[in-house]
Amino acid sequence: MSTLPRSAGVHPRRAGRPGARAVLALLGTALLVAYCLAPFYWMLVSSFRRSSDLFDKSPLPSPWSLENYRAVLEPGTGFGRALLNSLVVAGVTTAITLVIAVFTAYALARLDFRFKNAVLALIIATSMFPGIALVVPLLKLFAGTLHWVNTYQAMIVPSMSFALPLAVWNLNAFFKQLPRELEHAAMVDGCTPGQAFRKVILPLTAPGVFTTAILTFIAAWNEFIIAVSMVNETSMQTANVAIARFGGATGFDIPYGTKMAAGVVVTVPLLIMVLVFQRRIVAGLTAGAVK
Amino acid sequence: MPVLTAQPFPTSSPPGAAPPNRRPGRRPGGRLAALLVSPTLLVLALVAGYPVLAAFRESLFGKREGLDSSGFVQEGEKFVGLRHYAAVFEGEAGERFWNAFANTTFLTVTTVALETVLGVAMALVMHRAIRGRALVRAGVLVPWAIPTVVSALLWQWIFQADGAANALLGREVLWTTDGFQATVAVIVADTWKTAPFVGLLVLAGLQLIPGEVYEAARIDGAGARQQLIRITLPLIRPVLVVAVLFRLLDALRMFDLPFVLVGPHKQSVETLSMLAFDEAANTRYGPGAAYAVVLFVYVAVVAFVFVRLLGADLLSGDGTGRKTSPRRATTAEGAMA
Amino acid sequence: MRHWLFRACAAGVTALSLTACGTGPGTEDTGGGGGFTGRGPITLATGKDNSGTLTRIAGRWNSSHPKEKVRVIELSDSPDEQRRRMIQNAELKSPEFSVLNLDLVWTAEFAGHRWIDELPKAKFDDATYLEPTLQGASYRGRLYAAPWTSDGGLLYFRSDLLRKANAEPPSTWAQMGDTCKKVLALPEAEGMSCYSGQFEKYEGLTVNFAEMVESAGGSVVDGKGAPTVDSPEALEGLEFFTEAYRSGLIPKKAITFKEEEGRQAFQKGELVFHRQWPYQWSLANAEDGSSKVAGRFSVAPLPGLDGPGVSSLGGHNLAVSSFARNKATALDFVTFMTDVRMQRENLLLGSNAPTAAALYEDEELIAEYPYLPALRKSILSAVPRPRVVRYGDATAAIQDAAYRAMKGEITPEESLAQLQKKLERITKP
Repeated sequence: MSTLPRSAGVHPRRAGRPGARAVLALLGTALLVAYCLAPFYWMLVSSFRRSSDLFDKSPLPSPWSLENYRAVLEPGTGFGRALLNSLVVAGVTTAITLVIAVFTAYALARLDFRFKNAVLALIIATSMFPGIALVVPLLKLFAGTLHWVNTYQAMIVPSMSFALPLAVWNLNAFFKQLPRELEHAAMVDGCTPGQAFRKVILPLTAPGVFTTAILTFIAAWNEFIIAVSMVNETSMQTANVAIARFGGATGFDIPYGTKMAAGVVVTVPLLIMVLVFQRRIVAGLTAGAVK
Repeated sequence: MPVLTAQPFPTSSPPGAAPPNRRPGRRPGGRLAALLVSPTLLVLALVAGYPVLAAFRESLFGKREGLDSSGFVQEGEKFVGLRHYAAVFEGEAGERFWNAFANTTFLTVTTVALETVLGVAMALVMHRAIRGRALVRAGVLVPWAIPTVVSALLWQWIFQADGAANALLGREVLWTTDGFQATVAVIVADTWKTAPFVGLLVLAGLQLIPGEVYEAARIDGAGARQQLIRITLPLIRPVLVVAVLFRLLDALRMFDLPFVLVGPHKQSVETLSMLAFDEAANTRYGPGAAYAVVLFVYVAVVAFVFVRLLGADLLSGDGTGRKTSPRRATTAEGAMA
Repeated sequence: MRHWLFRACAAGVTALSLTACGTGPGTEDTGGGGGFTGRGPITLATGKDNSGTLTRIAGRWNSSHPKEKVRVIELSDSPDEQRRRMIQNAELKSPEFSVLNLDLVWTAEFAGHRWIDELPKAKFDDATYLEPTLQGASYRGRLYAAPWTSDGGLLYFRSDLLRKANAEPPSTWAQMGDTCKKVLALPEAEGMSCYSGQFEKYEGLTVNFAEMVESAGGSVVDGKGAPTVDSPEALEGLEFFTEAYRSGLIPKKAITFKEEEGRQAFQKGELVFHRQWPYQWSLANAEDGSSKVAGRFSVAPLPGLDGPGVSSLGGHNLAVSSFARNKATALDFVTFMTDVRMQRENLLLGSNAPTAAALYEDEELIAEYPYLPALRKSILSAVPRPRVVRYGDATAAIQDAAYRAMKGEITPEESLAQLQKKLERITKP
């Protein structure tokens, strides 16, 4: 084990017999991507239909209409503000969670201390209780003692209850995948343990850290039940809560078109984020490969 | 951080050899570890520990039943001990509980199995795709990125009697009516939504596998399938185990998808979480909390068994990565209990 | 505006003096209340605000009450979620919600738990309201909420097809069946089904089931709240519909119908008859191409077994939370909102049917909403759904029994016998 791992990301492919295999692989890729995108495509198409032909089954809307998007983005709905709130809540949750989790996971993966397994078990045990049963006691705490109702922290702190265990366990697995010789080599080269962690380990686990960041962000971005319970002021609501409140013209109709449009608007920032981050995943890896 | 320097890197220690000083309180990493671990524990104590204890307390108390003479619900609560727990398994409530238990288990097993297979496939696809890699990745992640509230609605819409699913199948399946088709609808929607989660985690694991390993395998004449089974899967196991573990925990607590897509009180998809929710929604907080605690215990047992069978290396203390000494693994799982 | 202000204030004073003298029956029972005292900002917790009507009406109040402004809190578009949040608020004894916009079926539950305060009856004139709406706002003979909007079931029918078949709108189920035979024999009725209501397993099924039972002369619970559902009349009612479903008069997919799915089917021209709320009127008459039946349908009161049927009562009431601050303002606001002029506004802006009797005879409104006379009949004949404190359990039991009978999993006899037993347990004092 004297060689250091090199970026693998790029060429684990097999040379030879490229024809049939390549076609098969391409077909598989296409199938999987189609499977993932088909329902989203339907959502997209529906969001561009007029409400009067929402129930059409044609593969493309005819005519195209921005009616639903206008309904979502019209200033009165406060949806822009709601998106911003979602961004703040999910962003801050992700940032705090990652900082805390990186240290905890590193300690769990590399340091030798008592109760380590108990700590790991305890952390994951917090993800075992049904989420819907957590809300009422938390709301009692926040409404009564802390006066946190209608604040960002009332959404951020509880979101960490599901974000932290995931992040810690995840990062723990990644840290463990790296051989210990790395730190050793770094310290032989004169790094302090802190430097070894920052300059060697962290860049090497970049794919893991970024992946964890994306997962945490999406999980926090998707969170609904806490956000809807802790906040009742329109200006503090997250996008998910705002979508749930999109009403139709009457008390009965579900404005599918508007909700689909809102769903698209909420999903797009995440897609952009993934497109940006996926480069970072690879970049982090190659940067980390020791020269 | 002198503490860490004091610890010799156990690079050369053979797997299975216990670290030299195991006396309690004398471990070198102790103080630093406490420092690094405590923020996590503190936050979790507040946002998970406290509510769990509160719910547990709640489950031991009950309301007075019935109305007073002027038609008001009697106020105050009284200690009932484990009566709510006993009631969970008795009579008609018991039937409902075991039905929900069976649904929860069935949905968990099927969805997690499908998601694992699909997730690994997605990871391999994302990993290998050279052309349009960014788009493939973004595409695969779309389902996971759509908020649950929206995706449940989307599927509800697709599965309507006049919806896209039936248009595609060319027949009228009443997906959301009580029956096996409702279970299928939930499985399809859940798999679609969460397989990318497994995929993304596994992808990150794949990125850490040194390319040399494959080169060596190729020189040894290993075929593609052999490479997958002998190299890829074992090497991504730690990551895969974490992904599947978290999917298990989530699936066992499944709530909003069947609730929105199919609806409450439908026998074929009623899960334990829905049962707990239903009791609480009808202001029977004690029994509701009891259901939640029972579910908690069930999830804990499943997680314990899962980690014991598959995840030994996650808990073992030393950092040699994939290698695991059987003895240490056993103590590790002991701690999970 | 000044007129409104004056009336609101005067009413507030009456409420105060009532409490002070202790003449208000049972005011000492009202939870954490202690009478309608205190003025200042309040909130209105409500479901979603359709077409912004509420915000606009509340805006009127705010401009005339700058120191007692109301903030509208929209909870969710799902009634279950609304109820859950309101109960959560009450369980925490939180002053966050002052005025609650309650579905009328929740009134008994909220009153029975002392989550809302009894209202001074003097402020709400019996003669102003359609009688059943007041009943829907009362618990054990006492008024706990102000009737704000009302709703009743109507029989939508394809007037064009009925005319072609030379048929009158039916007043009994048997006539409806006969008319269907004639209409479905017409070439233009090919592929159509006879009838649908709301048969998905949700609150709408309770509404439809109660109508089946009541329209056949039976009842789900008696006046004292004791279950009476296992009766020959109830059986006849339920049997007609289970048989209609089995025979195909009701389309198979009707057991997935909530209001909207049914409306889509009716608008696509798939149904001859449709039991539906008034909101469908303007949507199905839309000329933008979304409805194939615009101008080709009409409404009648619901049919029954031997004569006109009985509708379930729908609607919303405004109640004052027992844990609210500034209850004097809250009570004034409730009076303001439920007054005839605001109800008129609410009808014109949001198509919400009023509870005030006078508006149903207003020529100008009838010209705009031709269904008003039929709706009035429907509401006057309407019976509230079972008023029991454990309504959540009762409605779940009803839905379960009705759903399984419709699907043919159990016979109507078994269904009613089981339901009777369950309801007896739920309403046991």
